[in-house]
Amino acid sequence: MSAFMQTLVWGIFAGAIYGIAAMGLALVFGVLKILNIAHGELVMLGGYVGFWAFTALGWDPFLALILVIPATFVLGIVLDRVIYRYVVRLWGEEKIKNSLLVSFGLGLVLSNLAQWVFTGDERSVQPSYAGQGLDVYGVLMPYTRLATLGIVLVVTVALHLFLRKTYPGKAILATAEDYESAELAGINIDRVYMLTFALSAALAGIAGQFVTFTYALAPSIGMFWTLKAMIVIVLAGTGSILGALPAGLVLGVVEALSGAYLAQTYKELVGLVIFLLVVIIRPQGLFVRK
Amino acid sequence: MLLKLEEVSKAFKGLMAVHAVSAEVHEGEILGLIGPNGAGKTTLFNLITGVYPPTEGRVFFEEKDITKVAPHARCWMGIARTFQLVRPFPELSVLDNAAMGRVYGRDPIKSRSRAETACLESLEIVGLTGRASEKAKSLTLVDRKRLELARALAAKPKLLLLDELLAGLNPSEVLTSMQLIKSIRDMGITIIMVEHLVKAVFGVADRIVVLNAGELIAEGTPAEVSSDQNVIDAYLGKSLRV
Repeated sequence: MSAFMQTLVWGIFAGAIYGIAAMGLALVFGVLKILNIAHGELVMLGGYVGFWAFTALGWDPFLALILVIPATFVLGIVLDRVIYRYVVRLWGEEKIKNSLLVSFGLGLVLSNLAQWVFTGDERSVQPSYAGQGLDVYGVLMPYTRLATLGIVLVVTVALHLFLRKTYPGKAILATAEDYESAELAGINIDRVYMLTFALSAALAGIAGQFVTFTYALAPSIGMFWTLKAMIVIVLAGTGSILGALPAGLVLGVVEALSGAYLAQTYKELVGLVIFLLVVIIRPQGLFVRK
Repeated sequence: MLLKLEEVSKAFKGLMAVHAVSAEVHEGEILGLIGPNGAGKTTLFNLITGVYPPTEGRVFFEEKDITKVAPHARCWMGIARTFQLVRPFPELSVLDNAAMGRVYGRDPIKSRSRAETACLESLEIVGLTGRASEKAKSLTLVDRKRLELARALAAKPKLLLLDELLAGLNPSEVLTSMQLIKSIRDMGITIIMVEHLVKAVFGVADRIVVLNAGELIAEGTPAEVSSDQNVIDAYLGKSLRV
């Protein structure tokens, strides 16, 4: 029983990172209506910012978030100004196709750039308290994982409050619902898209920082995280931004359980099977009412 | 002169939706825009609000050339509209819908409480005060039309474009809406209205512009327009008694 509980807990911890990585992708998909294949590369770059903050500056991995968040937010603004704002302006099929092509290309550029600058070595960060944690009836909960889960919850609630309670947030929702109507109500949708993309990049950066001490960091991890995030937003239901968290937790738990009870190699497969089942049986997603 | 269109044309893949239309809108008037289906009325609205640029010609607002100005910036200058197919933000509350206009439109109020008070006034004008906290999607068609009007008013427009505001309303609702349009004009807001209910437009408009197949075929007071032979041939079919 305790082994089962332990697996479940690992799954939840992993799912929290999936959730926050996917939330950024869902935000851009829901508001800009483009699929950003380079989202995983933003996760990777956020991770490197945190890695160097730890290695070169000696910052605690959680403290490093105060550097990672603004850095990736600014990176988001730059990418929006230089690339994405031109993609957003396209229409219909041209828009979604070009968003795939452009962001796939950008992903390659970013990962190769990272390989050149940071080398292809796998990196990870181990704070001094990495091995410590709580032991709850035989179920181990490392402090780093608990803090990760806590931060993910706080960020999700903050994003929810920002979108639902503030006017800039409501302007983002209004633009997502009807950008033409929004701009005729005086909302500068160009700015809304920029802010949204920057927020998405910052969310990716936070996920990346968690990757540095939970998994391993390398220039090539981008596609892995884009795919995980895509599976999660399909589970959540396209258009559901905050649904990414519960959907991420579901994916994390399912992967952990199948890794433990089937075989570690089938872990990825089970996630994809669930993805297909959801697409076939409940295409609107798990967390969206019809 | 509030708005001036100078030889404005719009082509969609070779199809001329609007062809060399020149027109002027005077401050404080209600201008009726009529014409058969496909005459280019909504296209003309889209050119005025900046949804897309004209293929040729120029648009002036308060003597300034706004041909290349983005839609949100035109809203800041004082141009607001409602849509033929209503488009409030369904997931936002009625109050927040109006607030978008008040917080992001012309002469914006950034303070939340003052913006909300101002929005309640716009909602009061259209008679939606009691439903401020409901989501826009729960409203009936008539109320969603009213909400769109409130959102446009909240943006403090100088020029208000009404696209088929009366369509789908019952006769008594048409009457109250016509009263509403007049009272909005009396607040100092210039109005251009596209309408299929010719009788209603003739009853409320100071001047009428008639479009047919993308071209302006007549312009004048309701009496002049209704006796114009071009209009009768193209649109009315028989002489109108108004």
